[in-house]
Amino acid sequence: MADEAFEPKITAFVCNWCTYAGADLTGTSRLKYQSNIRIIRLPCTGRVDFMLIQKAFARGSDGVIVSGCHPNDCHYTSGNYHARRRWMVFNDLMEFMGLDMRRVTFSWVSAAEGAKWATLVNEVTDHLRELGPYTEYQRLLNAGVA
Amino acid sequence: MDVLRNKARDLLAQGQAQVVIGYEAGTGGARRPSFVRSEADVARLVWDADCVGNLAGYLTRAEIKKMGKIAVVANAATLRALLQLTAEHQLAEGAVSALVVTEEGAVLELSNAQAVTEHVATLPASLSAADREKLDQLMALSREERRAFWEQELQRCIKCYACRSSCPMCYCGSCTMDCNRPQWVPVASHEMGNLEYHTVRAMHLAGRCVECGECGRACPVGIPIHLLTCYAEESVRRQFGQPAGTSATLNYALGTFRPDDQETFIR
Repeated sequence: MADEAFEPKITAFVCNWCTYAGADLTGTSRLKYQSNIRIIRLPCTGRVDFMLIQKAFARGSDGVIVSGCHPNDCHYTSGNYHARRRWMVFNDLMEFMGLDMRRVTFSWVSAAEGAKWATLVNEVTDHLRELGPYTEYQRLLNAGVA
Repeated sequence: MDVLRNKARDLLAQGQAQVVIGYEAGTGGARRPSFVRSEADVARLVWDADCVGNLAGYLTRAEIKKMGKIAVVANAATLRALLQLTAEHQLAEGAVSALVVTEEGAVLELSNAQAVTEHVATLPASLSAADREKLDQLMALSREERRAFWEQELQRCIKCYACRSSCPMCYCGSCTMDCNRPQWVPVASHEMGNLEYHTVRAMHLAGRCVECGECGRACPVGIPIHLLTCYAEESVRRQFGQPAGTSATLNYALGTFRPDDQETFIR
């Protein structure tokens, strides 16, 4: 096992109405992309609590993708606008706390953008393969009681 | 100081306040909160440069609200917290009057949000110069160095939740930290749980923190924990132009949006 090349685990939190349908389109269009990704479908990006991202890392993800409808396209009118504000602060705060934000990718992928989804996943996977496992976070799990 | 005591005596005597929350002498030269309910106790009140604590945290407590009309001896941070609590509908307009001791030693009574808002507008920035400098120092470091800094600091956290208890903006009746079905954040003082807890705290205070630094002072192990909430607050101010604690009608920055919010990282 130890000899095997590193393959990143990626968790993707996607919204039901755009990115999930977009990822579905990627499949029905027979576009092949790397299989390092585990998709978790949520009703809306507005549902993506920042803790979900941290929990994904705590459970062994090396990278996280959060994706939903483009601005002005939200099924619930404004869920993605609220999510965008939350990410803007979260992204900033995580930089300040020293987390590796190169491992978190935020994107807008619509239900018509199957090709964009395939490209995005491939790019993210390649990038994470270069970065290697997220040991600095996973190390915390095994750190003893201080 | 006598002016303040006289003012408190008048308010209590005339029934305009049933309790005056202020500062009294504590141990070791420190100042501690004082709840003055009778004219006889007015002499306990003190006011000087050591009165740095934010007393606004008491205003939302049920046992304090029960006492009746409240007057609070307010420093700049308390005034900001008062406005923010009013904006969040935790205090009824006019339920609390603030007693402000001016540099000349006079006492102003600010009995409505309008008066507090106008007074706060004349005050210097909420982030202290010392905290400003610390934030700048941390931002000048590399990401790895910042991670090492916070790992070092947060591993001392004993999860006593003093930061939560001391914060005037942490008034929820039940906190997600105390929820154990499901257990979102580990209860034990563990490095992963500590990191998660302090992330949650900072995120929940983004756009609401009045930068009083009370959490940092309350921390028994001396973690500069207020820097996290101050940074989150500054991030909101910079990106959305909404300073907390300046208006009694402020919309929560993360509860609202603008279609043209500008970011650079979403692909």
